[in-house]
Amino acid sequence: MKFLETFFNGAVMAKYLPDLLGAIVTTLWLSAVILALGLSLGLVLACLRCLGRWYLTLPIVAFADIGRALPPLVVILICYFGLPGLGISLSGPAVLILVLAGVLAAFAEEIFWAGLTAVPKGQWEAGRATGLSFARTLFEIALPQAVRLGIPPLVNRALAITKMTALGSVIGVKEILSVSSSAQSFSGSATPLTMAALAYLAIFLPAVILSRALERRFSWAV
Amino acid sequence: MTAPSPVHRRPMLEINRLEKRFGETRVLTSIDLSVAPGELVFVIGPSGSGKSTMLRCCNRLEEPSSGTILLDGEHVTDCRGAALDRMRLKIGMVFQGFHLYPHKSVLGNVMLAQIRALKRPKAEAKARAMEMLEHVGLAHKADAMPAELSGGQQQRVATARALALDPKVMLFDEPTSALDPELVGSVLKVMRRLRDEGMTMLVVSHEMGFAREAADRVVFMDGGVVVEAGPPEAIFGNPQSDRLKSFLARVSKDEE
Ligand SMILES: Nc1ncnc2c1ncn2[C@@H]1O[C@H](COP(=O)(O)OP(=O)(O)OP(=O)(O)O)[C@@H](O)[C@H]1O
Ligand SMILES: [Mg+2]
Repeated sequence: MKFLETFFNGAVMAKYLPDLLGAIVTTLWLSAVILALGLSLGLVLACLRCLGRWYLTLPIVAFADIGRALPPLVVILICYFGLPGLGISLSGPAVLILVLAGVLAAFAEEIFWAGLTAVPKGQWEAGRATGLSFARTLFEIALPQAVRLGIPPLVNRALAITKMTALGSVIGVKEILSVSSSAQSFSGSATPLTMAALAYLAIFLPAVILSRALERRFSWAV
Repeated sequence: MTAPSPVHRRPMLEINRLEKRFGETRVLTSIDLSVAPGELVFVIGPSGSGKSTMLRCCNRLEEPSSGTILLDGEHVTDCRGAALDRMRLKIGMVFQGFHLYPHKSVLGNVMLAQIRALKRPKAEAKARAMEMLEHVGLAHKADAMPAELSGGQQQRVATARALALDPKVMLFDEPTSALDPELVGSVLKVMRRLRDEGMTMLVVSHEMGFAREAADRVVFMDGGVVVEAGPPEAIFGNPQSDRLKSFLARVSKDEE
């Protein structure tokens, strides 16, 4: 059985399982931090853009457009190998978090903003006419509706960005892909890569299923 | 100005020389209109005559270009920021499209501004909301979502939402024009009851039958000016201007 030997070698699996479990934990916490930072920064930026001041809107739009246009790998390499030249040395995980959270924030800002512009003007007027301040109307009325509209694209984007933690393998972050590919070269077996694929499935399949539940939870008839 | 007589009451809402321009286009020209406490004033006029704009100037959803608006003797037109928010609490507005918050239950819609703007304790806000829903005949729908309601029910929830803040005046912009005919009656019933309880109301509407029966005064607007104003018998029974005559002729033809 050449296939099983290549992809599911029991001895190799047993040998590298502990390393891989550590890598799974690393991927998980990196993802959690990236999601928390990226989504909240995106939300804050979209709210600031709502104020309609050009000196806020201009840098926000520039950030969102550049963040969405640049390949994350390029930015990761620039930060990891370029910044030390300026005397700023960041660890691999720090670079990965900063860049991926920044990219997620760029996308999230656009998604939240699209949701906010889709909230009918009458909703704002109803809020303001009942004496609610701009901020209250934003947080209590406009934002919940914008978030609801944004949930499906946000979930997709969040999944795409967290999978990019695999890019950490090029800057020495001990996440799933880097641990398994170095195991692959040491052992000469493809089995660690199979394990990596299974690990990604174990993490992201439940996340996808959870996201469906989330979409249902945040939907209401209009 | 004549000195007010002892029985003369200060108007609840007073609009003085109100002007509104959108860029170069002048939409309202020197509108003078006052509504006495407990009075129901009807505003009629052709489409585009500026009725909605005038109403929206009253709570500054539209910024007047010039003129003053006073609510119970206080300047609405001078308020800014938090003072304007507090002033708006006293001016209830019901929109043509209702604009209920789709993500909140009926009860949540009626409670939100009570808690967040009026700073009422939650329990008190809830009690007041239920009282107002009772008033408009929808207490049994408190837990429903707006999308589950008919247009007439949504309209009455919007009315309850405004009333729960204990406003001094209620502004209605075409409260029945988005409704199927069979739902209009329930909404007019609520308005009739409000009038009987002494609420001051300024109503833009094409419900001529209701105006005839319930209004204390009718104001006819055309081209951004008040053309004629008076008791319903005079406006409908003995119109003076040609513009009003032709408007009434057009409307009664539509109604047939
Ligand atoms: N935001 C705006 N910008 C420019 N023009 C406006 C704006 N809002 C209203 N207008 C113009 O002002 C005029 C009066 O509009 P308004 O909505 O007050 O009329 P109305 O009497 O309420 O009409 P209707 O019976 O159709 O509701 C119209 O000519 C309209 O095009
Ligand atoms: Mg109108």
